[in-house]
Amino acid sequence: MPDAMAMTLPFDVGADSPAILPLTVRDLVLRFGEATVLDGLSLDLGPTGCTIVLGPNGSGKSLLLKLLHGLLQPTSGRIAWGNHAPSEITARQALVFQKPVLLRRSVAANIDFVLKARGRDPSARRTLLEHVGLAHKANQPARLLSGGEAQRLALARALATEPEVLFLDEPTASLDPASVLAIEKIVGDARARGVRIIFVTHDVSQARRMADDVVFLHGGRVAEHSPATDFFPEPRSAAARDYLDGKIVL
Amino acid sequence: MGEAFSLALALVFSGDADLLEIVLLSLRVSVTASVLACLFGLPLGALIAIGRFPGRNAVLILVNSLMGLPPVVVGLLVYLHLSRSGPLGFLGLLYTPTAMIIAQTILIAPIVAALSRQVLEDLHTEYADQFRSLCLTGTQTVQALLWDARFSLLTVGLAGFGRAVAEVGAVIIVGGNIDHLTRVMTTAIALETSKGELALALALGMILLVIALGVNAAVQSVRLTAMRQAYA
Repeated sequence: MPDAMAMTLPFDVGADSPAILPLTVRDLVLRFGEATVLDGLSLDLGPTGCTIVLGPNGSGKSLLLKLLHGLLQPTSGRIAWGNHAPSEITARQALVFQKPVLLRRSVAANIDFVLKARGRDPSARRTLLEHVGLAHKANQPARLLSGGEAQRLALARALATEPEVLFLDEPTASLDPASVLAIEKIVGDARARGVRIIFVTHDVSQARRMADDVVFLHGGRVAEHSPATDFFPEPRSAAARDYLDGKIVL
Repeated sequence: MGEAFSLALALVFSGDADLLEIVLLSLRVSVTASVLACLFGLPLGALIAIGRFPGRNAVLILVNSLMGLPPVVVGLLVYLHLSRSGPLGFLGLLYTPTAMIIAQTILIAPIVAALSRQVLEDLHTEYADQFRSLCLTGTQTVQALLWDARFSLLTVGLAGFGRAVAEVGAVIIVGGNIDHLTRVMTTAIALETSKGELALALALGMILLVIALGVNAAVQSVRLTAMRQAYA
């Protein structure tokens, strides 16, 4: 990755509007037919930092992100972002999917598309691409990027929306260590600039590196929500203990 | 048969003025109709692809059914509207190339809409969550889908052109197959065959096939290039 990783972005992320945090979630239920995926989940998140969401497969981590981002509607329960109406929340957040969804265009055009859609300064493209180390691939078709590069482009595109909250759904799954570190660096920079990070991962080592606090999901509920400094040495819930010990948690 | 084929080849390579006039009019009518059909059909296909509204399934069935519109029925309907006593008779368009373009546009717009709907719906399935996350408007979504599916939509446009350039029933009713005015390849082939003038009919048939092959090859080449560059 070039030194440009540390450079300043052309805008202050979310600086021109009141923060949408804290987040309050109460008794969230999500059902698909007979299957209950989230079963009375409650959660409180503060205005800063990086929250890691951990949990076994099927515990509802990705669906929780989609619910918080407004892409899904809960069966019941309440999600409150400060005092803001749900309709205005999605535009102030960004979500990076596990499998990056890139437009069938060049790398540069993928960024331009978002900048134009959001009415942002088009000149921000160059800085964003330099920030994620892709400036030299600006004219290359986005779909010819490697997995790590594609995810960095997805991150740049997310940052182009100037989000107050950045959701990341296992963005480093199946990536090599260098790509993982590059993405963690970009996410860390965003957090340092005041972007609230909510990060789903299966990688406990990554969670240790990134987390300010940890939400552990099990059985469709929050089994534990603790500061990282407490969670990793002394998890309170049996499920989290087993998970950290590498045991199979169902 | 062999003699007719030789005569046809001679006609093609001699640059016969009548033949050239018929070919150029055919291309003008069919290309214009294809462009117009794409202008109407692509946005309609996109709206059906991304829209969720009451009666969507009925609209879908209707558009799919219209793909099989009989050309003579379209020709008859356009004729009734453009004839002197019809509601649009004052425009004086009957037996003109414009009338033929109108008929062909009506005939192929549903083909473009139905085929593009399938292409765009598949793409939208892939993009939907990302677009919702970006809070795109309906217009922005349609524009993005049409642009990103452009190489697949070339094939859709080609299907429309293929139907238009090979069509005879509608254009003969609204065009009248008037020499030097509305005679196109297909109507000329029908006329010359009925007169027993197989050389001109065969010559036109060969040109029609060459055009179809040429356009297909060009579009396929563009698509393959785009796929190699990962844009398709």
